[in-house]
Amino acid sequence: MKFFSGIGERLREGLKRSQEYLSTGLSTVLEADRPIDESLWEELEELLISADLGAAMAADFVNRGREEVMYGTVTRAEQLRPVLRRFLLDTLGAARPLKLDARPSVILMLGVNGSGKTTTAAKLAAGLKAEGRRVILAAADTFRAAAIEQLETWGQRIDVEVVRQAAGSDPAAVVFDALKSAMARGADVLVIDTAGRLHTKSNLMDELAKLKRVIERQVPGAPHEALMVLDAPTGQNGFAQAKMFHETIGLTGVALTKLDGTAKGGIVVRIVRELGLPVTLVGVGEKVDDLQAFDPARFVDALVPAS
Amino acid sequence: MLDSLSTRLQSIFDRLGGRGRLSEDNIQEALREIRVALLEADVNFKVVRGFVDRVREKAVGQDVLKSLTPAQQVVKVVHDELVELLGGSGHRLAMASHPPTVIMLMGLQGSGKTTTAAKLARMYGKQGQHPILAAADIYRPAAQEQLRTLGAQLSYPVVGEAGQTPLQICRAARDEAAARGLTPLILDTAGRLHIDETMLDELKAIKRDVAPHHVLLVVDAMTGQDAVTVADKFNQAVGIDAVILTKMDGDSRGGAALSVRHVTGRPIAFVGMGEKTDALEPFHPDRLASRILGMGDVLSLVEKAQQVVDQEQAQEMVRKLREDTFTLDDFRQQLQQLKQMGPLDQVLGMLPFGKMLKGAPAELQSEQADFARFDAIITSMTPGERHNPEVINGSRRQRIARGSGTSVQDVNRLLKQYAQLRKMMRQFKGMEGKLGKLKNLPGFPTLRG
Repeated sequence: MKFFSGIGERLREGLKRSQEYLSTGLSTVLEADRPIDESLWEELEELLISADLGAAMAADFVNRGREEVMYGTVTRAEQLRPVLRRFLLDTLGAARPLKLDARPSVILMLGVNGSGKTTTAAKLAAGLKAEGRRVILAAADTFRAAAIEQLETWGQRIDVEVVRQAAGSDPAAVVFDALKSAMARGADVLVIDTAGRLHTKSNLMDELAKLKRVIERQVPGAPHEALMVLDAPTGQNGFAQAKMFHETIGLTGVALTKLDGTAKGGIVVRIVRELGLPVTLVGVGEKVDDLQAFDPARFVDALVPAS
Repeated sequence: MLDSLSTRLQSIFDRLGGRGRLSEDNIQEALREIRVALLEADVNFKVVRGFVDRVREKAVGQDVLKSLTPAQQVVKVVHDELVELLGGSGHRLAMASHPPTVIMLMGLQGSGKTTTAAKLARMYGKQGQHPILAAADIYRPAAQEQLRTLGAQLSYPVVGEAGQTPLQICRAARDEAAARGLTPLILDTAGRLHIDETMLDELKAIKRDVAPHHVLLVVDAMTGQDAVTVADKFNQAVGIDAVILTKMDGDSRGGAALSVRHVTGRPIAFVGMGEKTDALEPFHPDRLASRILGMGDVLSLVEKAQQVVDQEQAQEMVRKLREDTFTLDDFRQQLQQLKQMGPLDQVLGMLPFGKMLKGAPAELQSEQADFARFDAIITSMTPGERHNPEVINGSRRQRIARGSGTSVQDVNRLLKQYAQLRKMMRQFKGMEGKLGKLKNLPGFPTLRG
């Protein structure tokens, strides 16, 4: 149960750079003997903004901090650290494992272009397979050149069957096929890779809604997971993405990829808070086992170390 | 989600009351709003800090122009400053005196390099050049296959086989380009992290060996605060000559462009506006400035319309308007042109007031469906009916409805809309002279509170 038994060292490793950055910043901002003044609040706010938490969230936290100071619960700068941690932890809520009880459990991967859907779908399939589940992948990105070949290459690499049709065919037909085949073979999980689409393109969003209807009709209760894949460098637009995808087909969570760079992925905090969508998976590298279950505590540890 | 900056500033100055001179006091709150607007647009906070200071310097003491409100005056200062920071428009990649001109693309994973490579090839092909592509991404599964597919669609050669190293591929491509007299050569490299030393060394080696004339950083317009780090690292490690901003067809404000420009000082050459290979456009700083500030993109729309609408057709249409002989055929032509401009919601999104209209997406979508239906209905009419719709009686309506797979109600609706349009156009006729002035719409629209 390595895959879902919590987060591995890799998240820490991947987040180390973010951690270094934010925590170096934090230790100078929150030096023990530093007076709590306007410039401290300003720097703290900018530090949070630099992690892509957004201007509003950052201002919100600063206001909380100010209140604590006003009530006298915080008197020294360093005491703001646990306050910041608590704020982030409260916002992120508890970890939520993927729903994999149904048979087959259908997991729909979606998101804007280039966020890492295909790679994440393949890594997820590999992780589930390593746990002993029977997994099938569906190549429902029939639009982008060689997207099907990309998933097929992955399928061979991780030894997972990929249901596909010709390029340019109807993604709904691919999904239909894949569902039939998953049921016929008694697969435990079907992971569906869809074409990247910008959330502002209504025709492509309609296509996604149609995919969902096809799934619902074939497997009652499915899709059990509809995960939006979001890459960590994404800024405030990530919120608009999540909101539109959620309104269109009802997301169950977010998979945060590319956390191995210097980007902090702070936009997920806003997505969790304002849309109530949990982060379920994080990608911290290019290797097959670099996809991990999301653990809020570790995520916050990596962003704001306890000391 | 966000009101435009102009609207928010307007309400601030309305509260303050009065006009006259901009002072340190009365623009303080406005500057805060500007800061938030830029941060929400993903401009890096350090860039924002410097920017706000400069705006303060420039704005304080300025007299408010007669034609503007104080809010508009501040927005104008901000807008002008943004345009200046974003640099000139129409940056062209100079062609080498000895072909091939080599263009190298680099960037993070998923920023859109491969698609952009194909778009660039198509753009140069359209200009009469003979481009060639190098598929140097050997890491992502099927990345070479992707470029080969795109190259085949456009009928441009693609160099690069499995088993070769990226450097070998780029060299082979350069030799082939030189031997066959093809130019430009576009190198599509693998996506990589800006902190991955090994992968950056690979780029350096290609740069040293193949000596590209232009090294372009491909940046996703949706990138957040980290854009500065990414651009800075790539610039230091490899060196950047110009930037391509991708995925600008979404609703991101594109503030990352400002950050990248700030840290590299390099121009933004092109913007990617869609998934198809023809969706690459020259960069216009004034438009991006308007977009960052949430002021819509009037000029892009006008240009898009110009591309789609044949000038001669347009003149013909004007003549028909004048003579009041606008037939259903013309109506259909207009609908088709509107359709070519892209999904309606996208077109409207470019207008400053488009955001208001976005509140009614259901209506817009039904209108889009109507386009197809209207087209079918008009096609099912006889030429005589199209020319003179008055002859369409009840039984003709039934025939048309059957022929087009629609209902009589649909036919009625179309005829009604056509009649309304004609009526509207007759009214427009009187305003024709005034309409000419609309062409002078600047990038900075004079929004009235």
